[in-house]
Amino acid sequence: MSLSVFFQHCLTGISLGGAYALIAIGYTMVYGILRLINFAHGDIFMVAGYFMIFATATFGWMAGIPIMLICTVLLGVVIEKAAYKPIRTAPRMSVMISAIGVSYLLQNLTTYLFTALPKPFPEIPFLKKIFQIGPVSASLVTFLTPVLTIVLVVILVYITNHTKIGMAMRAVSRDFETSRLMGIKINNVISITFVIGSFLAGVGSLLYFTDRMSVTPFSGSLPGLKCFVAAVIGGIGSVPGAVVGGFVIGICETFLIALGYSTFSDAFTFILLIIMLLFRPTGLFGEKMIDKV
Amino acid sequence: MSRNLLEVKDLSVSYGGISAVKGISFEVPEGEVVTLIGANGAGKSSTLRSIVGLEKPAGGSIFFDGKELTTMGTEQLVTQGITLVPEGRRVFPNLSVLENLKIGAYQRKDSLEEDIQWIYGLFPRLQERSWQMAGTLSGGEQQMLAIGRALMSRPKMIMMDEPSLGLAPIVVQGVFDIIKEINKQGVTILLVEQNANMALKAAHHAYVMETGRITMSGTGKELAENEQVKAAYLGKTKKK
Repeated sequence: MSLSVFFQHCLTGISLGGAYALIAIGYTMVYGILRLINFAHGDIFMVAGYFMIFATATFGWMAGIPIMLICTVLLGVVIEKAAYKPIRTAPRMSVMISAIGVSYLLQNLTTYLFTALPKPFPEIPFLKKIFQIGPVSASLVTFLTPVLTIVLVVILVYITNHTKIGMAMRAVSRDFETSRLMGIKINNVISITFVIGSFLAGVGSLLYFTDRMSVTPFSGSLPGLKCFVAAVIGGIGSVPGAVVGGFVIGICETFLIALGYSTFSDAFTFILLIIMLLFRPTGLFGEKMIDKV
Repeated sequence: MSRNLLEVKDLSVSYGGISAVKGISFEVPEGEVVTLIGANGAGKSSTLRSIVGLEKPAGGSIFFDGKELTTMGTEQLVTQGITLVPEGRRVFPNLSVLENLKIGAYQRKDSLEEDIQWIYGLFPRLQERSWQMAGTLSGGEQQMLAIGRALMSRPKMIMMDEPSLGLAPIVVQGVFDIIKEINKQGVTILLVEQNANMALKAAHHAYVMETGRITMSGTGKELAENEQVKAAYLGKTKKK
């Protein structure tokens, strides 16, 4: 592998990792607040792809992007209100089963509505423009993805650490009852978490599908699982952890494919998960939860 | 005689058919320290939890400042001027000391600077540790923080659930000094305690709770001198 090919793969890997990171944040944030693994998150990401296809067909891509983002955010919030909120006090297992149900519902609903045939993802001309930096060439979206990811993560970390709502989110993630005593409206905080998670999934979907060019009802399930693995590897509940996990998986996957092990690359992701759970179950950045009696 | 800030009438609370509080009534006059003492499982915490809406009462009514509380959500209570220092302190361990204070004033929109300085004046130790995560504080410091956090909402009344629990005697003394101090500054206090000795010394009025019922009431001094109370709660045997 020559140096320029190596850099080329690095760039592709970082770009894929960026898209994974954006989706992994959605898993980690919802887990942080609700202690729920939102299995429907990968499918929200997939439906965002369909939103983009139809919004662009009707309004063009410039209006299509904001419309897609708004619809995705609404979808995330509606799912929480309809499928998770009514059973919030039920055992955690029930909520998780509900999440799996929503995941299958979204997959089968989109199959029913749009058939299982791949639908072409709209081409956004400026994202597809080819750039050449030294020996490495790639479309703008490949350069843009990691940059956009980092910018969004910096904004997100600022919001959680330095704003009033961020402070409320951190408080709610630890103690519902005491947060309510402080006058924090739990439902609003949870909704905002789903707004942020779905928004990032929408952005991730745009970047991911621009590279892949088509959407099927099942294009969310495997990336969704991989991003969940990314969140676990980084330490579920930790936003920086999810980002690092996303990049690790994206880069490893790209290099495995480049080295000719493309059939093995998905299996590798899950082997990584098992190894992580065996040796460091709290992930790279996860904190141990110690319950003081 | 001052007016009653809190009036609890015939309150009962039950958990899945087992009644923890069996129709109790009591009042907290404005500006006073009132204490509710009793052993484990007497229903003291259940009473507080139903006042703040964390448990739904099975019957009875609760009035605060002339308004019915039983229909209000927990989130709204803090704006009514009522706040609870929960049992076991429950500070947010992943927030800094300063953030814990700020979150106590979550519903307020005005400037907090003056109040933060006031709390730091009451608890100089908190100022030294203002950037530390609350989870790293000692038990006594966490209790001060929990009280400070409650004061940040500028409450008319603070309810405290066992503030002396698990603290060293010298720290307990400090907590009770603070209770007297903030009461002097005009905050009404409802204190739930197992440490009857300290609580009765601090209180203007006291109620004794046993297995979900109020069995005795009087001024703090009266109850502290009552033979039955002495035997059951103060660990003093009757003189023969």
